[in-house]
Amino acid sequence: MTASAETQMTSRRRSLLQDERIRGLILQILVAAGVIAFAAFIVHNTATNLARQGIATGFGFLGNTAGFDISQHLVEYKLTSSYGRAFLVGLLNTLVVSACGIVLATILGFLIGVARLSKNWLVAKLATVYVEGIRNIPLLLQILFWYFGVLATLPSVRNSLSLGDVVFLNNRGLYASWPIFEPGSGLVAAAFVLGLIGAIALRRWAKRRQDRTGQPFPIFRAGIGLLLGPPLLVALLAGLPFSWEHPELRGFNFSGGLRVLPEFAALLLALTLYTAAFIAEIVRSGIQAVSYGQTEAAYSLGLRPRVTTRLVIVPQALRVIIPPLTSQYLNLTKNSSLAVAIGYPDLVSVFTGTVLNQTGQAVEVIVITMLVYLTISLAISIFMNWYNRRIALVER
Amino acid sequence: MAEAMQHYKPGEHPDLPPPRESVGPIAWVRQNLLSSPLNAALTIGSLYLLYLVLPPFLDWAIFSANWQEGTSRADCVKDGACWTMVRARFGQFIYGFYPQDERWRVNVAFLLFFVPVAALLIERVPGKRYFAIFLFAIYPVIAYILFYGGLGLQEVPTARWGGLMLTLILGAVGIVVSLPIGIVLALGRRSALPVISLICTGFIEFVRAVPLITVLFMASVMLPLFLPVGVTFDKLLRAMVGIALFGAAYMAEVVRGGLQAIPRGQYEGAMALGLNYWKMTGLIILPQALRIVIPGIVNTFIGLFKDTTLVLIIGLFELLGIVQAAARDANWIGLSREGFVFAALVFFIFCFGMSRYSQYLERRLHTGHKR
Repeated sequence: MTASAETQMTSRRRSLLQDERIRGLILQILVAAGVIAFAAFIVHNTATNLARQGIATGFGFLGNTAGFDISQHLVEYKLTSSYGRAFLVGLLNTLVVSACGIVLATILGFLIGVARLSKNWLVAKLATVYVEGIRNIPLLLQILFWYFGVLATLPSVRNSLSLGDVVFLNNRGLYASWPIFEPGSGLVAAAFVLGLIGAIALRRWAKRRQDRTGQPFPIFRAGIGLLLGPPLLVALLAGLPFSWEHPELRGFNFSGGLRVLPEFAALLLALTLYTAAFIAEIVRSGIQAVSYGQTEAAYSLGLRPRVTTRLVIVPQALRVIIPPLTSQYLNLTKNSSLAVAIGYPDLVSVFTGTVLNQTGQAVEVIVITMLVYLTISLAISIFMNWYNRRIALVER
Repeated sequence: MAEAMQHYKPGEHPDLPPPRESVGPIAWVRQNLLSSPLNAALTIGSLYLLYLVLPPFLDWAIFSANWQEGTSRADCVKDGACWTMVRARFGQFIYGFYPQDERWRVNVAFLLFFVPVAALLIERVPGKRYFAIFLFAIYPVIAYILFYGGLGLQEVPTARWGGLMLTLILGAVGIVVSLPIGIVLALGRRSALPVISLICTGFIEFVRAVPLITVLFMASVMLPLFLPVGVTFDKLLRAMVGIALFGAAYMAEVVRGGLQAIPRGQYEGAMALGLNYWKMTGLIILPQALRIVIPGIVNTFIGLFKDTTLVLIIGLFELLGIVQAAARDANWIGLSREGFVFAALVFFIFCFGMSRYSQYLERRLHTGHKR
């Protein structure tokens, strides 16, 4: 009697362990407990270490005076500004170099991707050499090369290379004339915005009309006219409300006009050239993914080559191109953090470098930096996913 | 005339030669370089570009370059590149600050590494299993003793490691450690158990969203804070942890691609045979999934190898770091290009070799699907 009850008990216990759901549950509880214990261990150690080293905790330091200078700031920044302000300056510098890099790398990458498929043997080979050469050399090496190997060897300020009296190039950077907007230029900007809205509305109308009646509309020429015409007209009527500020040699350096730091130029150049090589490969594979039958079918319908490219090949290639392009944009943004190696004041260089060294608050600084990059990554991928959905194949 | 009159039976006429305009170098040039006005313009533009870039570069790098030995910049008398600097510092570029008398140990360690790797990569060599066991189980111990010291060998602290040797060590460790972790993360991400899937997905997405440099900063600045009081970590080891975890997240996504490409029928077939999860994964799913993604894995390796240069930012002197340090030497002041070109060449050889191998594999693995 007892024996049989015992076997029943053990068999039930065994069957409990053999139940997949229960085993899964146990495993999950164990893993979760392990992770929590590990996290608690780390938090405890960190708190002890910080207390022992007398390092402050919390985010109060963001309000303290930074006391260091930043060579490129898009918003006002002084020695007496706070660490929070320094963070903002660094973040804006990261965003500026990433945005410029994304635009330039996309243009260059598309050009080289198309060049690799060119019927011209020489052009195709040159593009291949470019892509293979650039892709197989570390980005950091390229950044250092442009900065130390090329830009640092430019002539000194007194012997600047110059283009007219408008652009000066020396080892302190690139100086160029920059327009000053006088009263009345607001009207020109307003005219441009109105033209832009008009162009978008016209495009919608033209698309709807073509969908309804099949009649095409020369939207490109009309759009350019709408974008450029009104601002030019208003500018002429207002008597050209701009004047140019030219860079002038004063003492040891130029002042006035636009100044591009050599760090910015080196970083932008390296990021653009490097990412363009990857984008070129993506573009090439995207175009090759559209089967040649599509082209032949378009020709047999009587479409001309240019129209075939625009209406048949590009829309289908874009579907293949967009997802990997997104990750290249993310890579470029993340790679802009290599700025720290040449001292371009981006987020990592200013915040994770200088601010961390001054305050010693490693945990807070690194957590903030990582959160910023997480947010940027998330924003870019949300935008690109939206764009991808817009152009995705609408299947029946 | 007589030839023209000759009669042939149907189907027996010998093939005529192609029209003269469509064969030969001139025809090739016409078709490939000058097929339209636009193409001709592109050709001329490209030639001009080559003319602008190539002769000055070749002149600088080869014809007017200094190849002789020397000890300072003054020894470079010609106006081209000063390869004298690279020659003088070659040992440092390869071994870092590793003691001169002990450098044979590094050579032995790399020989012991490259022979089994070559055996694994070349298909005709038999006994791959033994090479793999040696490489993954026995070699790390041997390499550790050879590099670091022990068993009667003089101890060389990691602070003296550097140059190409350190680059290769970082790359190899990153690759070997990140692959298994990546596989585990990929399996975890696809797990049916929500807690495990959540943890793995969170880790992968987090690491992939932040730049490697912040991970390295975290490893070098925050890791010491995470450890109990008194426990310290070697700086190099911290960098390795950072690189391996970073690589693992990317590897996991590559492996996940392979797992998703395996048709459901394979899972169902394995379950129908009564295999449990681990047997199904180890015997049926992973061998197929990994085979599909070998090119992707090699590409991730290339990325990881290039990314090892980033450790110079946290103060380790791998190849690029030591090249940059050499440019600041008072004896060779201002000679940064030569060092960068040398380092670029070394990286190019390794990365291009790996990418060629991956393309070769891709062609081999896709034979069944190509028309």
